[in-house]
Amino acid sequence: MTKNRTRVGPRGSAEAPRLDVDALLDDQEVGIIVCCGSGGVGKTTVSAALALRAAERGRRVVVLTIDPARRLAQSMGIRELDNTPRPVDGVDAGAGGSLAAMMLDMKRTFDEVVESQATPEKTRQILDNPFYQALSSSFAGTQEYMAMEKLGQIHRDARVGQPDATYDLIVVDTPPSRSALDFLDAPERLSSFLDGRFIRLLLVPARGPARFMTAGLGIVTSALTKVLGAHVLRDVQTFVAAFDTLFGGFRQRAQQTFRLLQADGTAFLVIAAPEADALREAAYFVERLSEDGMPLAGLVVNRAGQRPLGGLTPEAAVAAAAKLASLAREEPDLPEPLVVGLLRLYADRCRLVDREATVSARFAAAHPQVATARVPALAGDVNDLDDLRRVGVLLGGQDDDTLSETG
Amino acid sequence: MRLHIVTGKGGTGKSTVAAALALALATRGKHVLLCEVEGRQGIARMFDVDPLPYAERRLATGLPAPGDAGGGVVHALHIDPESALLEYLSMYYKLGPAGRALDRFGVVEFATTIAPGVRDVLLTGKVYEATKRNARNKGAIEYDAVVLDAPPTGRITQFLGVTNELAGLAKVGPIKTQSDSVTRLLRSDRTAVHLVTLLEEMPVQETIDGITDLRAHDLPVGGVVVNMVRPRELGAEDLRAVRAGTIDASTVAADLERAGLEANDALVAGLLTEARDHAERRALEDEQRDVVAGLDRPTYELPRLASGIDLGALYELAGSLREQGLP
Repeated sequence: MTKNRTRVGPRGSAEAPRLDVDALLDDQEVGIIVCCGSGGVGKTTVSAALALRAAERGRRVVVLTIDPARRLAQSMGIRELDNTPRPVDGVDAGAGGSLAAMMLDMKRTFDEVVESQATPEKTRQILDNPFYQALSSSFAGTQEYMAMEKLGQIHRDARVGQPDATYDLIVVDTPPSRSALDFLDAPERLSSFLDGRFIRLLLVPARGPARFMTAGLGIVTSALTKVLGAHVLRDVQTFVAAFDTLFGGFRQRAQQTFRLLQADGTAFLVIAAPEADALREAAYFVERLSEDGMPLAGLVVNRAGQRPLGGLTPEAAVAAAAKLASLAREEPDLPEPLVVGLLRLYADRCRLVDREATVSARFAAAHPQVATARVPALAGDVNDLDDLRRVGVLLGGQDDDTLSETG
Repeated sequence: MRLHIVTGKGGTGKSTVAAALALALATRGKHVLLCEVEGRQGIARMFDVDPLPYAERRLATGLPAPGDAGGGVVHALHIDPESALLEYLSMYYKLGPAGRALDRFGVVEFATTIAPGVRDVLLTGKVYEATKRNARNKGAIEYDAVVLDAPPTGRITQFLGVTNELAGLAKVGPIKTQSDSVTRLLRSDRTAVHLVTLLEEMPVQETIDGITDLRAHDLPVGGVVVNMVRPRELGAEDLRAVRAGTIDASTVAADLERAGLEANDALVAGLLTEARDHAERRALEDEQRDVVAGLDRPTYELPRLASGIDLGALYELAGSLREQGLP
């Protein structure tokens, strides 16, 4: 059974229990943190910030990112897409930790798997096949699957959990799929590809006499030939025949990685923006993780708004702004007071925060067991290690005073 | 007939912009089709209707033209690759039992989930069919404009098939012919690919990369829609004063009293903190606005609505797009 990492807060509280990010990062038994969520919620930034914070708290960390923003990638020294973890400069190693980072090269990872499984001759045959080339660079699930494969590789190579491990924590940023669920489906999708009846049938002509060709298959292949053209089908058949002996190994690795994800040493974090769409995806994800027995650590609500001080309702702020503006119109020589604009901005912020609170409360009501950390939005972009540190402080849950000091 | 393709980085609100654009296009007598291809049922949620099937459904009445009483009609279509494949096969090949056999042998699943590029060709193929109705689809509505809520910027040229692995694989045959006709439409002056961005560094960078990529593949770049622009309640001078920290708290307090509020310290601090945050973000927005202006594409700005997106908000955004000359 998987260990339950969900930290339950006081009962009867309308708020979600708080996710203690620092406790998660400091937990030596956690060897893998997987960050998932829909596109545009700041997953890459959160992954990098978690990795940096863990490293500066003493963990030996490697972060596997998919598609970081240019300047962030530069600041971490991973502009080069070479599929190997590189040490990140400028990390405070005072607590004995370290940070390495790498960016996933999907095609190269796929090639490496083939190389590791096949004889050099067969490898050449596969890598040169036009269908393989298309598959390895564009299959709808390849990126997801290769992220998992790379995670498995790093985990094995680094001997995570052993005393002589190169790394003791792997932070994984998942691909920017529109649907966050693609990521979990990838190994299964690959398996269904490998086990698919169609693929098996394609092997028939390559393997044996034509008498195995059922009438149904005849119709199918002739229909496909009609639609695709004969040589496409031939490319696929050649590929499948060459790949046939590797199927077992591929499936085994996919299953291993899936089990690794289910194990106690793994923690999933669902990242979301405080918006209805992103939280809806987060909800599907939370449900899916629990169905698959994946250890969910909690939800990170990223770039959340802060309610301004002063306790005015947005309605009161707008009404006051209107009153002041009308008073000002009686003195047309003077400029409109700044406070009119300030009150309107205040009202706007309150409304945003109210809306965020409503969608967050709905999520919490439906998933009361999910521990949640809120990361207040920074005013600027996150471009370098200092910015990542600030995000890390916010992830760690320091209060607003600390925020304004570090900001 | 015009085809408007709307793309943008995740989280920029491209689906909202696509819906607003469809409403703006549907003036009296005009038929507009709004398509989605990512299986998210975002259109149904925005317009608060039941999940859409693989069929053209009447969705809403468009925004009336100024001085005109009535709007045109917006239809919606949710395109999924499985249905598109089966429709395509029955429309062009009259496969009969073979169509069912394809399903039974897992070919439909193979083609729509695994075979590289096929999924995208099926989706764009259906969009193509909607823009160019032929005799095979009897009684179908002829649209004046089709708006496609497309995949994100990072995947757009691949989606539009001009780098298509499948087209590369299939050097001859009907798929090749089909994808060539789609490509001809996409590269023609009847198509425009619009990019949605926020005034933030990452989405703007992705927009720049997207435009470069589209141009490299001879795809016609339309406008840049800057979405969720912050309210501009403070003038340049006020913003400078806020940034310089020269706002006098006692003046603020006095004005609050004039407005009939109790000017406690917390409220003054709250207003000034909010103002500083706003000023910093506005400065970043202005920087990015300059970058967007340098892209040499028509630019449209839509406000960030604090109340969120509902049908009323979509009409408001549609009106704003129309005022700014899009379409």
